[in-house]
Amino acid sequence: MTRQGAFYFAIMALLLVAVGIGQSWNVALGILNLCLISAIMSLGVNIQWGYAGLFNVGIMGFAALGGLTAVLVSMPPITEAWAVGGKGIGAALLSLLATITAIVLVRRYVPDYLRFWVTVITVILGFFLIRSLLDPAVESIESVNPAHTGYLGGMGLPILFSWVLGGLVAAGAAWLIGKIALGLRSDYLAIATLGISEIIIAIVKYEEWLSRGVKNVTGLPRPVPYEIELIGSDWFIGLTGWLGVEVAASASILVKLCYAALFLVVLAIIMWFSERALKSPWGRMMRAIRDNREAASAMGKDVTWRHLQIFVLGCAVCGIAGAMLTTLDGQLTPSGYIPLRYTFLIWVMVIIGGSGNNWGAVLGGFVIWFLWIEAEPLGNWLMQAITLYMGEGNWLKQHLIASAAYTRLILMGGILLVVMRFSPRGLIPER
Amino acid sequence: MKFLSALNMSGGYGGADIIHDCGITVEKGEIAVVVGPNGAGKSTAMKAVFGMLDLHQGTVVLDGEDITSMAPQQRVAIGMGFVPQNRNVFVSLTVQENLEMGAYICDYDITENIEQVFDLFPILKEKRDQPAGELSGGQRQQVAVGRALMTKPKLLMLDEPTAGVSPIVMDELFDRILEIAKTGIAILMVEQNARQALEIADHGFVLVQGCNRFTDTGQALLADPEVRRSFLGG
Amino acid sequence: MTDVLNALVLITNFVIVPATAYGAQLALGALGVTLIFGILRFANFAHGELMAFGAMVTILCTWLLQSMGIGIAPLPTALLALPFGILAAIAMALVTDRTVYRFYRVKRADPIILAIVSVGVMFVMGGLIRFIIGPNDQSFADGARFLIRAGEFKQMTGLSEGLAIKQSQLLTVVIAVMVVAALFWFLQKTRSGKAMRAYSDNEDLALLSGIDPDRVVMITWIITATLATIAGALYGLDKTFKPFIYMQLLLPVFASAIVGGVGQPVGAILGGFVIAFSEVTITYAYKKFITYLAPESWAPEGLVQLLSTDYKFAVSFIILVAVLLIRPTGIIRGNVI
Repeated sequence: MTRQGAFYFAIMALLLVAVGIGQSWNVALGILNLCLISAIMSLGVNIQWGYAGLFNVGIMGFAALGGLTAVLVSMPPITEAWAVGGKGIGAALLSLLATITAIVLVRRYVPDYLRFWVTVITVILGFFLIRSLLDPAVESIESVNPAHTGYLGGMGLPILFSWVLGGLVAAGAAWLIGKIALGLRSDYLAIATLGISEIIIAIVKYEEWLSRGVKNVTGLPRPVPYEIELIGSDWFIGLTGWLGVEVAASASILVKLCYAALFLVVLAIIMWFSERALKSPWGRMMRAIRDNREAASAMGKDVTWRHLQIFVLGCAVCGIAGAMLTTLDGQLTPSGYIPLRYTFLIWVMVIIGGSGNNWGAVLGGFVIWFLWIEAEPLGNWLMQAITLYMGEGNWLKQHLIASAAYTRLILMGGILLVVMRFSPRGLIPER
Repeated sequence: MKFLSALNMSGGYGGADIIHDCGITVEKGEIAVVVGPNGAGKSTAMKAVFGMLDLHQGTVVLDGEDITSMAPQQRVAIGMGFVPQNRNVFVSLTVQENLEMGAYICDYDITENIEQVFDLFPILKEKRDQPAGELSGGQRQQVAVGRALMTKPKLLMLDEPTAGVSPIVMDELFDRILEIAKTGIAILMVEQNARQALEIADHGFVLVQGCNRFTDTGQALLADPEVRRSFLGG
Repeated sequence: MTDVLNALVLITNFVIVPATAYGAQLALGALGVTLIFGILRFANFAHGELMAFGAMVTILCTWLLQSMGIGIAPLPTALLALPFGILAAIAMALVTDRTVYRFYRVKRADPIILAIVSVGVMFVMGGLIRFIIGPNDQSFADGARFLIRAGEFKQMTGLSEGLAIKQSQLLTVVIAVMVVAALFWFLQKTRSGKAMRAYSDNEDLALLSGIDPDRVVMITWIITATLATIAGALYGLDKTFKPFIYMQLLLPVFASAIVGGVGQPVGAILGGFVIAFSEVTITYAYKKFITYLAPESWAPEGLVQLLSTDYKFAVSFIILVAVLLIRPTGIIRGNVI
């Protein structure tokens, strides 16, 4: 990392300290944790854009898969639901696999002129078969204690496993999607990935037997202590007394610090691998392909296969970040995955930070998330200042203050436009 | 002074020069042909005459007027017509519409212009409402030439008009070009099919590595043993 | 016999009428997107916000007119306000082009860069809209609401199924037809329209022919902004205006343009109806329909719904992805990918 890059990171640290002192350490640490997660997602995106020039706008879908995995790994299994619906789900899954196999076989062996229609018929037949097995199973599962569960539950394993597993699940989905979508031109790829992520999120939102859908799964087990435990434990009370700080707030701070430490470790690991890969011959070849696809292709490099590798790796990282996010939240809220908003925020992070540079992506994650969060109180403050001289009941004043929240959308868009125009290589450019 | 005098041209596409001190002239009603081996800079020389190249040396004079600093669109307005080698028609527009676009800068009634083109290329009149992309290669070339003729140019430049067409179509095209020349239009043509092109040429310019190598009448070049040996296969 | 009639009325009321209105709205939106794709050659992610912007100004003017007591009952006042919305959207589009897109166009930047920049524009416009009118539902419809009510229909025909046609639905279709006809007349019969098609077809040759690229770009934005405003206002009139909805509409609109064939106006219209009808027919519960047509013993137990209405938006994405993979040039062969 360059001197200039280190300088930017130092400024970022100072800003967080300023928030800690000015607002509260709790808030600062909360922001830090989300910055860390954003940085990881930003890394995942940068791997795809910076190494291979892939414009993947579907990263929220992969994050959602990571979050779902966190639920499926850590929540205890609902045995009753498995008893009534397990077989049905299993049968439906087998039918899905059978249908897919059938489609693959059809596309390989059926002659051209019939292929389209036979595929369509196979799809339709498969669809009805799956539905006939799935629907009754789903109904019975969802009727098992719907207020509290109404779904299958998970595997009851420690939630940290889900961080790895989430990455694997996302990688698997990415492999499937990449196999079919990666031949498209970059802006069509963007639209296709956006559409696919919307489909994934729709499934997570509406298949209640899997994820409880919009009823959310709360109370996910944690990898760090609970505040209540800390407040009640003697050693902690002693520690806070000796330090002279308030018990309740400190408990919250300690929990956040634990998370921060975990996240930092993950970030460091991923960063180390990414940097190694970037500097390796493999990384150089990737960038050669990105810069001149035709030439690389002519030299015999299998461009599509390389792109698939990158796509899978980048999406795996996003899956890990998604699992981490759900762990931090302690719950899965499918309706919170708003692709258009958060996906583009991550893209702004990559572009501002410096696309093609891993340190840049991390910096971008910090800077943009920080701005996004702080823009709200800043916007409020700005509106208060502007309307200072106006009377209390003034309609304009009330409207401006109520609308302060939207200034951050304008701010984000403005930043993106300004950076794209005047400094497209970002804060920490690619070497 | 010839109608078109492009002399001492030197320039390239930003890097090294492609043409060096190159000269091309045409008289009204004359057919001048530029031939030479691959990479000799023939198309480049023509693009320089049309103003699509940065010349750091040389002048282009048309009908006594120095047009060296004029943009290509301006040159069209003062009487140059250009038929590019590739992508020289609007494939999704009909033949009629292609011709109309050719005369885009004309603010007078162009019905007469269109009729003249149809007289020259009768098959186009038949297919006037068909999209140009559906026509055969030779017919498409006719559309391309017709499009350029719509502004009633005084100088018509064609970049390898017979590239990739069959010999019969090539003969037909050359016949048409002869007819166009008879109406008094100066014709400048870059060609790969050197022998057939020189046969209809009044003047020929043989370019090698961006320089004029041989300049003479078409017949003289065809008869010249050195030219025959180098470019015409003996 | 009456059963068949009832079934037909049912399908018309719940599927055909809504899908036709929705299809017309999508078609208008898709036409704008496809023009930008074909002539300016990039995916304009800010198109949904442009629709919302035009609709917003229309709504504000409608409220103003309503407060002044001006109206054209039984037609909605919004129609009077529409020209103002269009003008505002045109201004917004031209300003955005001059300050943002032109820089990259002159540089001949990669289409993906323009797409990313249009995302920035989307943020700014979205924030601006919410800043001005807020994020909530806004209603601005007035005038006669129904052309024919379900109850009236049942009385007239004596059938047990009613057919209701909203005025906004009829207006949508009529206005859409008028707009599309005008657009095609412009593109096919006028010199400027042909020049635009030429520019879309072969940019270099068009420039050579003396076609002014700045003028082509300006006309493109004017037409696109007009289409976007009409689509947005009609959608808001028919269903509801809420800024978020227009962000969501972006994908069905893109899907329509791509499915129909990028850069092909006829394709955009076809695509709009394909997507609209697919969304509605795949998520409709056919239970009652089958009950009318089939013998007693075949009466279905479940809703007979192919996909739940939750998946309504997912349908257009599924179709889009399928088209991108199987036939990327679209129904009417558009620009090859």
